[in-house]
Parts: sequence; C-alpha cells; structure tokens
Amino acid sequence: MNTVLTHKVLTYKILRESKSMLGQLIAIALVIAAGVMVLVISVSTRQSIEQSQQHFYQQYHFADVFVEVTRAPDDLIRTIRQLPGVNVAETRIRAGARFQLEGPVNGFSNRFADVGSKSFAEPIQGEIISLPERSPELLNRLHYLVGGPPQLGSQLEVVVSAPFAHAHQLSVGDSISAVLNGRLQRLTISGVALSPEYIYQLSPNSILPDYERFGVFWMNRQALASAFDMDGAFNSLSVTVQHNASRDDVMLQLDNILRRYGSRGSYDRHEQISHRFISEELSQLRVMAIVLPTIFIGVAAFLLQVLLTRVIHTQKQSIALLKAFGYSSWQIIRHYLQLTNIILVLGIGGGIALGLLVAEPMAQMYAMYFHFPEFLFALQRDALVTAILITSAVGYAATIRATAHAANMAPAEAMRPPTPARYQRTWLDHPRIAHWWQQPTRIMLRNIRRHPWRASVSVVGIGLSGGLLLLGSYQFNAIDHMLDQQYRQHYRMDLEVTFNQERPQHSLSTLRAIPGVSYVEGFRQVPVILTHERKQWRLALHGLPRESRLRQVGTSSQPLPTAGVVLSRYLADDLSIQPGENVSVTLLDGRQQSLTLTVAAVIDEPMGLGLYMDFDHLNRLLLADQTVTGAWLLVEPDRQAEVFRQLQAMPAVASIGQISRAEAEIRTYINNTVLGVMTVMFLLAGSMTFAVVYNNARIMFAERARELASLRVLGFKKSEVAYILFGELGILVVLAIPLAWAIGVTFAWLLTTAMSMDLFRIPFVLSPISFAISALGVLLAAALSMLLMLRRVWQLDMIQALKTE
Amino acid sequence: MVEDKSSQAVIFSARALTKTYLMGEVEIHALRGVDIDLYAGEFVVLLGASGSGKSTLFNILGGLDSATSGDVRYQNRLLTGISDRELTLFRRSHVGFVFQFYNLIPSLTARENIAIVTEIADNPMTPEEALERVGLGNRLDHLPAQLSGGEQQRVAIARAIAKRPAVLLCDEPTGALDSKTGIRVLEVLQQINQELGTTTAVITHNEVIGEMADRIIRLSDGKIASIHGNAQRKAPKELFW
Repeated sequence: MNTVLTHKVLTYKILRESKSMLGQLIAIALVIAAGVMVLVISVSTRQSIEQSQQHFYQQYHFADVFVEVTRAPDDLIRTIRQLPGVNVAETRIRAGARFQLEGPVNGFSNRFADVGSKSFAEPIQGEIISLPERSPELLNRLHYLVGGPPQLGSQLEVVVSAPFAHAHQLSVGDSISAVLNGRLQRLTISGVALSPEYIYQLSPNSILPDYERFGVFWMNRQALASAFDMDGAFNSLSVTVQHNASRDDVMLQLDNILRRYGSRGSYDRHEQISHRFISEELSQLRVMAIVLPTIFIGVAAFLLQVLLTRVIHTQKQSIALLKAFGYSSWQIIRHYLQLTNIILVLGIGGGIALGLLVAEPMAQMYAMYFHFPEFLFALQRDALVTAILITSAVGYAATIRATAHAANMAPAEAMRPPTPARYQRTWLDHPRIAHWWQQPTRIMLRNIRRHPWRASVSVVGIGLSGGLLLLGSYQFNAIDHMLDQQYRQHYRMDLEVTFNQERPQHSLSTLRAIPGVSYVEGFRQVPVILTHERKQWRLALHGLPRESRLRQVGTSSQPLPTAGVVLSRYLADDLSIQPGENVSVTLLDGRQQSLTLTVAAVIDEPMGLGLYMDFDHLNRLLLADQTVTGAWLLVEPDRQAEVFRQLQAMPAVASIGQISRAEAEIRTYINNTVLGVMTVMFLLAGSMTFAVVYNNARIMFAERARELASLRVLGFKKSEVAYILFGELGILVVLAIPLAWAIGVTFAWLLTTAMSMDLFRIPFVLSPISFAISALGVLLAAALSMLLMLRRVWQLDMIQALKTE
Repeated sequence: MVEDKSSQAVIFSARALTKTYLMGEVEIHALRGVDIDLYAGEFVVLLGASGSGKSTLFNILGGLDSATSGDVRYQNRLLTGISDRELTLFRRSHVGFVFQFYNLIPSLTARENIAIVTEIADNPMTPEEALERVGLGNRLDHLPAQLSGGEQQRVAIARAIAKRPAVLLCDEPTGALDSKTGIRVLEVLQQINQELGTTTAVITHNEVIGEMADRIIRLSDGKIASIHGNAQRKAPKELFW
C-alpha cells in the first residue's frame, strides 16, 4: 500500500483553501499573535532591565551594604575589613551641596526660568561623593561616558552624573559653581559618568527623578575632606559581603562598631534608593509579565479553540468526501493539522516579530529612566517556548477534536443535508407575541435558540475580547483618577520649599512677606526607620499642621490625631499593623533615637509611602521648639515668577518644588512606561475583538449560505437576507457586551491587586468611559465585520449554493 | 425473470438488509429487508423513485453508511460490523464512487483531484491515464470551475476508476446533466466496464438508462420490486430521453 506520509495534493488543497480563507486565518492568527506579543513585550522588557542591571552591578562592583555615619576615623577601615563575612570595604565622604549653573540652558521651557535670564537660575541640589585618588574605586565604580576622574591632587575638578550633564548639555571642560560647606567654588568638569548607585537618579524624599534640579557629583577625596573638615575621617561606608556569609551578621557587626560614630544604621541594597526603585519597577514588570500574558494567551487559546472548531465544522462535506475515498480519520486529521500549522506559524511568528519590534523601543523607554552603560536587550526563551507550546497544544487539540468528530461520522451521514432541527414552541411563538416578528426575525431568533451552545460560545468569545478592551482603557482612567486624587485632593499647594537646615517656625514670616504669596504652611520632615515585628521601612516622617489647608492626609478632610502616627494602607498592610498597635520609629537625624508610637489611623493614599504625624506632637517628641524643615506656599497665579525669583535669592532655601510640574512629570513617566504597554494592549485587544467578531460572521455565513440562498430563491430581498445574518450577529454582540464588562472588571481587579507597589497603587476605579469604550469597540468591530461581509451577502450565488452539497 | 448468473462470481451480496434513521423527529425506514447479489464485471442499473431507498443501499454497499440490520458481503468478506478502519481500507482499495454533483474539490485541478485518490491507492493508474480514458487528456490542469458539468462528471469518473476498483458505484451520474452530455458520461462508464471489467452499478430514476445494463434492479419503498436481465443491451448513443 502506498503509505506516503505527506500527501502532496492535500497540501495543495490546504494551501489554495487557505488563500481563499486568508482573511479568516489572519484574524485567528491575530488572536494568537496578540497573546504571544504581550508575552514577548512584558517578559523581554523585564528581562532586559534585569540583565542590564545585573551586568552593571557585577562589572562595577555595586556594594551589598551601606552605612552613613556622622564622622569616623579612617583607621577604622582596618577593623572593618577584618570582620568575618566582609569581602571588600571602602570608606568615602559623602555630602549634600548646592550647585549653580551659569550660561545658557537649551531646551528648558520652565516659565519661571524664562523670566529675565536664559541661564538655569533655580537652585540645584546635589549629592557629592569622594573618589579615591591613587587608585580606582573598589566599590560602586564609575563608568565614564566622557572624560575621566579628576587629576591627582586636583581640588577643582568634578565628575558629574550623566543624566544631569545631559539635562544641561554639560560636558568635559564646562564649569559649575558649588557651595561646599558654605564656601562657593568654581569647579571644572573632568568627566561625565554613570554609577551603579544611581541607575535611577533620585533626590532624597522624592519619588521621581528631576535631572535638572538634582545631580550627583564626584571629587577627589582630599578636596572634599578639606571642604567638609573630614581630614582623616569618613562618613560613608560601602561593603560587599562574602558569598557564604550572612549579610545580617555583617550588618549587625557594622552597627556595633559604628554606633558611637553617629551611624544611621547599616542598610542593604533593598533599601538603597536606586536599587529599590528598579526592584519596584521590575516587580511591576514581573506582575505584568505574568498577569497580562496569562490573560491574553488564555483568551487567545479559548478563541483559537472556538474558531478552529467552527472553521473545521464548515468543512464537514470535504471531510466526508475524503473519507469516502478511503482516507483514514488520522490522515484527515493530519490534513487539517496543516491548516492549524499555517495559523500557528502566522500567529506565533507574527506575535514574536511584532513583539520584538515593540519590545526593543519599549525597553529603551525604560532605559531613559534607568541609566545603564549598556542596555542588554534580552528575549527569554523559556517564556516563548511556553507560549508556543500552549497555543500549539490548544490549536492541535481543537483541530483533532473537531476533525475527529467529522471524520468519525459515517461519510454518508456527513454528506446528507443536515437534518432539520427539532423545534419547540416557546413563549416567543405565543400568538400574542409572534405577530410582532416578521419571518426573517423569527428565523434569526430560532437560529440562536437552535444552537444555544454555539451561540453562548460566540458570546463568551466576543465577551472575552471586549473584556480585554475594558482592561486596556481601565488603566488610562484609573491612573488619571489616581493623579487627580493626588494633585487635586492631597496636594493643594503651589510650591514646596525645603530649607537646607531646620529653622524656627517664625522664620516662615519671611516667606509670607514675599509679595504674591497668599498663604504659607510649615512642615517638618524627619528620615526614620519604621519597624514592626521583623519588617522595616526607611522613609520620611512628615509632621504637618493638624488642620492643614494645603496637604490633606487621607480621603476625608479630618484633622490629624493629636497623638500617634498615621500610616498609608499600603504601608500598614506590608507591616501587618492595625490602628491601636504600636510601631517603632527610629530617628535618622543623627541621634539614633528610637520611639514607640501608636498607629492612630490608617488612610488610603494612591501614591508614595505616607507616614504622618501632628506637627506639634512631632516637635514635642523631638524636644524641638516649633521647628520646620520646609514650607508649602499658595501663590497668586499672575505673580508666580516674581515669587520664584525671590525664593531663589534666599540662601536658606535648598529646593523649590513646583507641584504642577511634579504632576506633569509623573504623568509623563507613567505615560511613557505603564501606559506605553497598555496602549499596545489596547490596540491588540481591539484587533482581537475585530478578529473574533469577523470570524464569527464568516462562519455564520458559511453555515447559513445554503439557507440564505434558498431564501433568496424564494424571493427574499438581499437586505432581508442580510438582516437575518447580521441580526443574529447583532443579538450575539449585544448579549456579549454586558459579559465583556463583567470579564473586563474581573481582569481589571486582578491586575490592580497584582500591581500594588511603593511608588503608586492604581485604584480600582472604573469610569463609565471604560464601559463605553469596551461596548463601542465591540460594536465597531461588529459594524466593520458586517461591512466586509456585505459583499458576500450581495453576491450570494443562489444556484450554486443550492446545487452543491 | 432472472437471468442465470451463477457462472459468474458474486462480488457483493446483501441479505435482509434494513436501514432506519431519524430525520428530525420522523423515523425513516429506508430499507426494509433487501436481498441482492452483484456479479463480477456486470453493468447493473438500480431504478427507483425518489425515496425508494436506492441511495441508501448504494451507501451501505459502498461502505459509506452502516445497515441497521442484515449482512453485506464483499467477495465473501462480511462488511457489516467491521471497524471503521477496515471499512476505510475497503473503500480505499475496492470501490470507486461517482456522485450526482461530482463532488470535486474546487481548489484542486483535474489532475490533482485524481491524485488525491491515487496517492493513497495500492496500484493506481496515473492521473493522466485516468483522464485520458475519460477523454480529458487535454484538460489536466483545469480547475473544476473551468470545466463544464459533463467534463466535471468525467473527471469524477476518472477519479473513481484511477485506483482500479473492483466496483464502481454511481449515484445519479447523469442527474445534473443534459441528455447529450449525460450520454457521453454513460459511454465512458460503459467503456470502463468493458475495458477494465469493473463491476458497475448505476443508480438512477431514468428508466431509459436501464436499456444499456446487463441487469435492471427496481427498488420500491425500501424493497426490491423486481430484477430482470436485458437480452439486448443498447449502446449509450442509442439511448434518448
């Protein structure tokens, strides 16, 4: 017997038939492509960042443990290096400083700065760190993009961080003024560099980078030692821990040794600002890389199985014929598996191609915020293989099931015209109701009732893709709502001013005296470690007026409790603490004092990590008399420029934050990252919806062609025939919309729950717009499908359809 | 008056064959106890009105459908009750089908429509030879849509005979054709029957076609009404309807 495994002719058949069903196949492939693409994007973005980070850390010796002290003798390093578990230890000098730039600044469009001078007149906060002079750094090494370290013995050369240099278009040879410990110095840039410590360059106590107003600088150790009276001493220590050693033990030993030198407590990478933010972003991406592909691939698998089953169902006659010729069921199944292969290749190949196309720019977008010497683009093979296996398995299973069902029928039975379905009279046929329906409507309604299972599968399919649409638009609205809440409800000030040191509250009168300032409120911020049971957080404790007008804590405008602290829910949940319980607060302002405070309330805040306390209560605890570290200002809109200029001239002012700009920045950040991904999802969900609806229409047409042609023969008009077909689709679509809403809300809830983190928590707020977009998307897909189908209905060949079985 | 065929080998024999099936809520008794023998190399015409059960009988003999009760034997092998796999192999090797509506695969050319069968057959003729035999040697690469109805039916016949089946079962092969084209198709069937010795059974409601057969079997209401031989077979071109 001729047992060729591949039947060439059958391959021609499949290829030619695929050509005629190309639209339909592409639509199915699109569904798979969407699932695979989401996976490629989310997995490779995360993977790329993670690998770039790891690579940078390893190549440039990022430290494991950090300690800041007030002042410790250099000799101590010998003792530290001999501590068990310590691998490499390095001391340095690290200080805050204020910088000033003169000369033109390009591309800067702040309206305050535009007034008067072209230079960047606003105060620049900086962190300045010492570099060893005779040898390269042992830990946290710099990667020089341009230039190099200051020359040996140079007191006036500085290395600047790359994001800051780029923001101001600075390069080697340019100069910058620095106020180092109160003394103004003019420094020359010797190099522009990246540091593993500042991949995400953030000033203390802010949640978003501001490359114009905050920079990191490095100078020779000797130059800083003389500027900050640190000869023979250090105030910052970095340590790497041996592989098999316990990091906690090393930290404990360091704390013991350094306590008497004003240690603020050792902390590991997890509390290092840059590392923490990247971790946050990575965990967010990790969630997205699990939740979104699961949703998309799950939906795609379901749709694939529904669509393939129905496409094969329309081939019942061909299957019977092959069977009559003596093809075995397995040969026929293999034949249809070829069709599935075409779809899978198109879908998976397309998904990977599109994914790669989008993933690289997507990952690059993150690279705008995370500064790596080289950005390693990675594609995770395991995830891809999983996606391919799942979609292929589902595709094959559906094909085998559907084909086997048709192939196992006796050929004569399969070739026989379908037996008329059994009808039962229902309330729809009650004479009082029945006279409402014209015959076409009756046919339409009965078609749906005749195949309740098929109709429900269609409804679920459309519902799933519509649900994805809702998920996509939900993100936009929820984030919008979150930002509105933050900047309309919680932050009501125009400007936030911080001072370079604690100041008495009465000094605020200077600010009140500035013409154009209509209201001033002082606040006090203290860096603390919050500990409950085994968990701890490093963050700022905010002391604010009990009945602050400019800063609302929580959703209601209730005054702060007179005693105890108020925590944001995210923090309270993480620490597993309830109101009424005690929490330990260690002050990190040099005195290392530990306080036990009661949690007075837990509040809901969408952004940041809030820890609040009544201003007076905080000052009493600190034994300080009405001291502030900053102030919030309300400013008359038309006098903002003037107020800004006056503030800049004040030596006590360390930074001026403009709330509207912060809002704009965070919106840009979210737009670029989260919403970038979501836009792609949204477009994919839209295409998926179209693919599903269009396929449903095509299959419905294939199934009904004979019936519809018969109706045409009997004298029905084209429009009446179209009405039966499209009416049925319309009913399914309308039924699918509420389901799409329900599914979308579930997806949204899943995503929100999974994506809760330090930086922000997307509130579970559903706007009517999301529902409308989901419904409109489904309706639009239906309208477009109908439009495409119209030609087929118009060209319905009556004779042919009736003749050929 | 039944002609004595006992000298020839029985290729098909059916005994007490019944078939009932459900059409919606109606139970249809398509066959009500049919006994029939087909002999090697003969040309048989099964005549009967619509609903007489002739297509059902044809489907059961060809292994396309199963009987509700009774036996069918092909060359002494029992066909009733055998597995789907064995039935498939039986169809693949022994039976050629010709349908009223040709049932060509529209996406394949004439040659490919035949190759679809020859690829799985044991000792087939080439598609070219098969088409040559039905007089379509010059239409090898035409798609079904480029052929007339008669040509399409001849391709279908070529497809049926290409595997050199022992039996050719034709269900209303001229039913969709005008008389002139129909006669051309019958000529081809007769030629195949004579040249290859293929047992040929033609189902039709057209009495005239009976005149070219060795035997005429009439079915009525699911039963054999009569069987009689043709003393003088007419050539297809002598037929007229």
